[in-house]
Amino acid sequence: MEIFADALRDGIAAFSQGTIDVWGIVWTSLQTSGTAVFFSLFLGIPAGFFLGTRRFIGRRLLITIANTGMGLPPVAVGLIVAMTLSRRGPLGDLDLLYTRPAMVIAQVIIALPIVAAVTAAAVGAVPREVRLQARSLGASRIHEAILTLAEARLGLVAAVAAGFGQIISEVGAVTMVGGNLEGSTRVMTTAIVQFTRMGKYGPALALSAVLLGLIFLVNVLLAAGQHSADRFERT
Amino acid sequence: MEAATLTATGIRKSYRGRTVLDVDRLELAPGRTLALLGPSGSGKSTLLSILGLLERADEGTVELDGRAVTHRDRDARMVMAAAFQRPYLFKGTVGENVAYGLKLRGVGGAAASTRVAAALERVGLGGWEANSALTLSGGEAQRVALARALVLEPRVLLLDEPLASLDPLLKWRLTREFARILGETGTTTFYVTHDQDEAQVIADDVAVMNTGRIIAHGRVEDVFGLPADEWTAAFLGMEPALSGVVAESEDGVARVDCDGIDVYAVSGVPVGAEVLVAVRPEDVTLFEARALLPPSSARNRIEGVVVELTHSGATYRVVVEAGRVRMAARVSRQAVADLSLETGVGVTAVFKATAVRVAARGVPGGV
Repeated sequence: MEIFADALRDGIAAFSQGTIDVWGIVWTSLQTSGTAVFFSLFLGIPAGFFLGTRRFIGRRLLITIANTGMGLPPVAVGLIVAMTLSRRGPLGDLDLLYTRPAMVIAQVIIALPIVAAVTAAAVGAVPREVRLQARSLGASRIHEAILTLAEARLGLVAAVAAGFGQIISEVGAVTMVGGNLEGSTRVMTTAIVQFTRMGKYGPALALSAVLLGLIFLVNVLLAAGQHSADRFERT
Repeated sequence: MEAATLTATGIRKSYRGRTVLDVDRLELAPGRTLALLGPSGSGKSTLLSILGLLERADEGTVELDGRAVTHRDRDARMVMAAAFQRPYLFKGTVGENVAYGLKLRGVGGAAASTRVAAALERVGLGGWEANSALTLSGGEAQRVALARALVLEPRVLLLDEPLASLDPLLKWRLTREFARILGETGTTTFYVTHDQDEAQVIADDVAVMNTGRIIAHGRVEDVFGLPADEWTAAFLGMEPALSGVVAESEDGVARVDCDGIDVYAVSGVPVGAEVLVAVRPEDVTLFEARALLPPSSARNRIEGVVVELTHSGATYRVVVEAGRVRMAARVSRQAVADLSLETGVGVTAVFKATAVRVAARGVPGGV
């Protein structure tokens, strides 16, 4: 157990003495993951709404693709994004490899299918008649969509939780496209891997604690939202 | 708000190559309730969706006060409101549900609260604003759905089997309440149902639909009194109308000769006219054959034989044949026992001349 005691002591020291820029790493994580979550929801919720509520040729195929996408190996995503953004890749001219935008792109690709598939399942479970009822009271298409999403809000909370969880704890893809550059693309997960490899268990443990605390905090907030949505569930 | 006239003309709708709706014309008169009756799958709900501008017809026109309107016409949709068989209440409180349409119309604050309270009061749920909408019983939920539509003070109200999923006791209580509320509001109402008793309580006019077509349309007493054809008669629990000729007319009472059987009816049809006559099963009373009956206002006394006896809920439906004349009677279980009714037993069918509906042949509706 001594290894844990030593690591805990070193971790506290790293925080208090500022020998390692822990808060800079945390801030980078929040910025990239926050941006990625925003884009995942911005694109994934409308896509999921469309998949869950509209009937069109190829819908089943798209849902299957979204469901398959939920199990996308992050390293495979990292590889494809890295190749695409590399100098010889189709988007090499953008010079984005080993930057935060590259990390955001990879994270969005990983989280988008999750958000879309969970949203599609949630809105698909709202009876079509709810929209018909709203329309009969004067709702426009936009009003119908807002009402459907409100009816499916428990599922949407699950979509946000799943998307955020996947993004914040992902390490493979962000390492490959971000490069773990100190002060620039080093985030909590890549830093934890780096410190562990170097035998610096203290800072690694400290960052893990912050990461866990952050995930816990977000889930507390989501649970509060879920509870609020739960108040009017059918009993 | 002034009641509206809603007219559908030449409405056609197909699903996967199968025609589900083929309606030449249907008119909802201002301030009146039209019940659309028909068996399940006859196209009633589809017609309601098209009339309510919720769904597009393949062909045809819907006119509101003489102006052609479509599902894209939000102004037209804003003067309509609907409630369906399953009261789909939105997650939230009763008050939020009732206020939903008001919010869409930009009505909020105290004005909305007052109108919501009044609408809930009207359906017997005064003060229920803060209750969760999804914990209500079926009857309560259906009232909230009605209040959610009524609060908008619509010019056209569309109700799609709003009471079909309720237990019989509650259904009858709400049927009477709905009839009262619709009478008070004076809104033009389209009421879809497959229950003719409900239609008779609620509606002023009735249309009967089968396989996507309107086969009878008129005032309640006309459509229910004189079935338009054999299918309608069977659907309404009657025998097809009898053909006859007015043989005599005196003091407003016509004697109609139906293949040798005289049927007396209060009617102004001239002597010699070829007519159709019919009588509702509940207006026919059965007695033993050749019973000595005391004088009464029941002018018609027809000797016949029971040819059909079927159990129909709490009552029996008895078909009596006299020569080529057939008529149905609805009698109680006790009457079946007292008269020892069974197929082949002779009976006297008695009914008033005022209970007989008469129409000149080829002219729908009574005369």
